[in-house]
Amino acid sequence: MKYIKQLSIILLVSLIGEALHYFIPLTIPAGVYGIIILYLLLYFKIIKLQDVKPTGEFLIDILPIILIPSAVSLLNYFELLKVKALGYILTAIVSTVIVMFAAGKITDIIILKELKNENKNKSGKKAKTQAKVKP
Amino acid sequence: MDFLNSSVFFGTVLSLLAYFLGFYLKKLIKKNWFNPFLFAVILVIVILLIFKIPYKTFYNSSKYLDFLLTPATVCFAIPLYEKTHILKKNFKAIAIGILTGVITSLSCIWAAAKIFGFTHNEYVTMLPKSVTVAIGMDLSKSLGGYTGITVAVITITGITGSVLCPFLCKIFKIQSSVAKGVGIGSCSHILGTSEAYNLGETEGAVSSLSLVIAGILTVFAAMLFSNLH
Repeated sequence: MKYIKQLSIILLVSLIGEALHYFIPLTIPAGVYGIIILYLLLYFKIIKLQDVKPTGEFLIDILPIILIPSAVSLLNYFELLKVKALGYILTAIVSTVIVMFAAGKITDIIILKELKNENKNKSGKKAKTQAKVKP
Repeated sequence: MDFLNSSVFFGTVLSLLAYFLGFYLKKLIKKNWFNPFLFAVILVIVILLIFKIPYKTFYNSSKYLDFLLTPATVCFAIPLYEKTHILKKNFKAIAIGILTGVITSLSCIWAAAKIFGFTHNEYVTMLPKSVTVAIGMDLSKSLGGYTGITVAVITITGITGSVLCPFLCKIFKIQSSVAKGVGIGSCSHILGTSEAYNLGETEGAVSSLSLVIAGILTVFAAMLFSNLH
């Protein structure tokens, strides 16, 4: 019974996500609507974490297997890849480095600034340990 | 051949065995550039080509796995919910950091599309490349991209991120654990996250919540960006 309940909740949320994707003319996948709905259900304590967690962990665990069939469709694009593969790979690698820099550095600057202000206000020791660089 | 066409298990079992072999090799090799998922995808492609099995035959007997994609994606809410307290504590920094990462990623793809002369379909194929595969694949599909290429590009991005991130944190002098997590989660999603856990518990937790939020924000931002090229 435990798994029936969990599976029912997850599939019901998926169904609502699917319906929203169908009726709202935006390119938002059903799964993303689902994440937001399930998060809100958990956040407002409408459902308990234990009511979805074991099945949820199972589904996330087998996710790579779920994705393989669609990923294999790569072999339909060999003609395109012959010409463009280098461009794709270069784009992926270079942009990864840039995104890491932008996202990480901005967050770092904001956090260090917040810590400085905190230290100014109460010169606390607690905040300092959070920013400590790990070896 | 007739058997393969009528089978409903062939593709699923082939996928499972390929992934299992990849997982086993990962244990043997112990290198972070070796990715069992990418290995499995390449192995399945090679097997289909050698035995001249059409993709359609394989897909018809493995498409049942697709059924689970949306439910599995929905479950990303669970790790996100479990890390709500970390998010609340550093809300401003994390939110601005992820948003910057998402906009930067989409802008990079837009620039690359201009440089390499991508068609519109190729451009939307590349747009979700920093997002976790479950969300990125669906996004690519709804924007009209080539999902197979999207998955490959996302995986390459993830591998790049998980290999380079520890060095990049040093080179860019990113100091706080939260910032490292945000950077790794926004640029290299689930593959980088396992590497982030090697740097520390906070890095890993922040990375795993960042990848979900980055995924959601990318979906919304991509609606604007998809019309730009």
